[in-house]
Amino acid sequence: MAEQKPKKKGLNLNRLDMPRQDPKVRITNFNEVALGYTAEMAMEEAERCLECKKPLCVDGCPAEVKIPEFIHLIKEGKFIEASLKIKETNALPAVCGRVCPQEEQCEEVCVLAKKGAPVAIGRLERFVADYEAAQGEAKKPEIAPPTGKKVAVVGSGPAGLTVAADLAVLGHKVTIFEALHKAGGVLVYGIPEFRLPKSIVQREVDYITSLGVELKTDVVVGKTFTVDDLLTEEGYDAVFLGVGAGLPWFMEIPGENLNGVYSANEFLTRSNLMKAYRFPEYDTPICVGKKVAVVGGGNVAMDAVRSALRLGAAEAHIVYRRSRAEMPARAEEIENAEEEGVIFNMLVNPIEILGDENGWVKGMKCIRMELGEPDSSGRRRPVPIEGSEFIMDVDMVIMSIGTGANPLIPSTTPDMEVNKWGYIVADPNTCKTTKKGVFAGGDIIRGAATVILAVGDGKTAAREIHNYLTTGEW
Amino acid sequence: MFEIVAKKEWHPTITEFWVKAPYVAKKHRPGQFMILRINEEGERIPLTIAESNKEEGLIRIIFQKVGKTTFHLGTLNVGDNILDVVGPLGKPTHIENRGTVVCVGGGVGIAPLFPIACGMKEAGNRLITILGARSKDLLIMEDDFKRVSDEIIITTDDGSYGRKGFVTHALEDVLKSQGDKVGEVVGIGPPIMMKFIAKVAEPFGVPLTVSLNSIMVDATGMCGACRVTVGGKTRFVCVDGPEFNGYEVDFDELMMRQSMYKKQEQEALERFKKECPQAFEGIGEVA
Repeated sequence: MAEQKPKKKGLNLNRLDMPRQDPKVRITNFNEVALGYTAEMAMEEAERCLECKKPLCVDGCPAEVKIPEFIHLIKEGKFIEASLKIKETNALPAVCGRVCPQEEQCEEVCVLAKKGAPVAIGRLERFVADYEAAQGEAKKPEIAPPTGKKVAVVGSGPAGLTVAADLAVLGHKVTIFEALHKAGGVLVYGIPEFRLPKSIVQREVDYITSLGVELKTDVVVGKTFTVDDLLTEEGYDAVFLGVGAGLPWFMEIPGENLNGVYSANEFLTRSNLMKAYRFPEYDTPICVGKKVAVVGGGNVAMDAVRSALRLGAAEAHIVYRRSRAEMPARAEEIENAEEEGVIFNMLVNPIEILGDENGWVKGMKCIRMELGEPDSSGRRRPVPIEGSEFIMDVDMVIMSIGTGANPLIPSTTPDMEVNKWGYIVADPNTCKTTKKGVFAGGDIIRGAATVILAVGDGKTAAREIHNYLTTGEW
Repeated sequence: MFEIVAKKEWHPTITEFWVKAPYVAKKHRPGQFMILRINEEGERIPLTIAESNKEEGLIRIIFQKVGKTTFHLGTLNVGDNILDVVGPLGKPTHIENRGTVVCVGGGVGIAPLFPIACGMKEAGNRLITILGARSKDLLIMEDDFKRVSDEIIITTDDGSYGRKGFVTHALEDVLKSQGDKVGEVVGIGPPIMMKFIAKVAEPFGVPLTVSLNSIMVDATGMCGACRVTVGGKTRFVCVDGPEFNGYEVDFDELMMRQSMYKKQEQEALERFKKECPQAFEGIGEVA
């Protein structure tokens, strides 16, 4: 009985779990794994928020979401108002509630985190966004009178959508240019349906177009138009580049061009954007081996390995050259993968992919690693253990070791500086590039990172673009 | 949506469209290609551009029906729309006056060769064209090429038109008789043809450019489906190409990679035959 008595009045450490699909069931479908809170659960969890006078959680949020205020509204059962409160600073609550690494941001600094039970801010954000969507048409903020200024936003991922929404509300005429046939960027081609349903991304995109933003798909800036075309012939007053870091890296080991070797980008694009998991109803095919190895330890690797299972792989492996502690993927995603039966091969590095006589993968030669001294990233450097080579019995390999900058835009914009990795040079406080009138944010200035950092850049860029358009000062 | 404004059937398996795509037409330069997707369920396929009309905003595409998507595309008519057209993609051809240029095209590879041939001619080159097809009825664009070529040689595998034999035989003769004047050979066709063009041309030491048609998804450098080994390095056909030094391309790897989805392609085609038998009218057994 003594256990039930709270140590301190008002301190509830029972962080409420969110219902999820059973692992045995969910690996047979592409439906969302997490099922979300009910209204009762949301109110119960919201009650745990102490509504700190100086909320650390807000400082921990790149999108500056007014966290204690929206949670307060949940306590009162005002779910729609809570959703609108979030949307004052973040146009993508249903997305961020699902894919943000809250444990490294708002929830990490929550005072209750010290007691091991931070308020489930992400789950609450997700709940109110979904609640609002279920009520029908989204309520729109007041839109300022037209300023007569035109802004081109290149890329419709989280950074671009955020810039577009914020500038539209300020009265600017915004056009988003998207290279693919569907808006959403990494949210539609990269993150799988079971983690972020595409209908939710579409809902957020529809909300943004409902603010008056024009969306042009099938336009590859750098090819169909150059940045200079946009600023001159097409008459835009400013350009925002939020094109992501979409160029897949390979390991440059022998056998990487064998049939049955994919980049995670290709594997996920086929499955997510092109809906190859519904082949032949959808025309795009995808190959899935019986024994699949995904090389890498990030969120994208988790998405790929879990997709492979759902597409019918009998065995799905993660192959990672460091140890579990160094894996960059979210703890939650690693747990999900484990529950689903993914096999983790830690401290293992591929050195060659072996092919059969028809050019298909038939195995992967690997070497065991041990951790040495810390490297420049602060993580202990993996070092090969001599003589520990072995062959993994796999018939498909997915490379998920990261992505880099796509040179399409920089190569056609000679007066805009890029760094030695090809990322666009931009002031992180203003998102200004070295070319007048051109701003950039998201992965293309920082390297592959997270959705919420892209949203944060989008907010910064919108503020600075507005300032530039109204004052003319660069 | 991109409207089809003209259609021509070269053969029951080869169709030509003029499609309204003003942005693509405006920027298109020789050597570049585009991506299309017919409808919501469709796959994204790369197609070459045979010509562009910048004033009217039109592009000309000529394609061979080989799988579900191309057979489906062939059923579309004037007034119908293609859901997505993206481009122009890839790097344009490097065009300069090299004296004499030999353009060699095989099958529907003749289509993307046309803008390059025109560009080479405009740059002041003497243009020798070699076009090859399996038989007379499969030969396309002869009249177009006649307009711009200083010399034209047609070959058919079965001898039903022009010279009997392959384009490589004709190329060898040209290089033997006037190889010292030839500044560049451009060869576009099936990989096996390009592989043999490289074999034939190499002893003459003449620069060879080939254009590759690999499997692609986004075609903007994002997926790597199109990767191919060139000069010992992995390159992406969509952004690093589609044109490469013909002596450096690993054509065997290219052919192997093109066969990656053979099984699924066959399955989709069989399914489409049942769904839409009219798309296959006038065609014998499709491989």
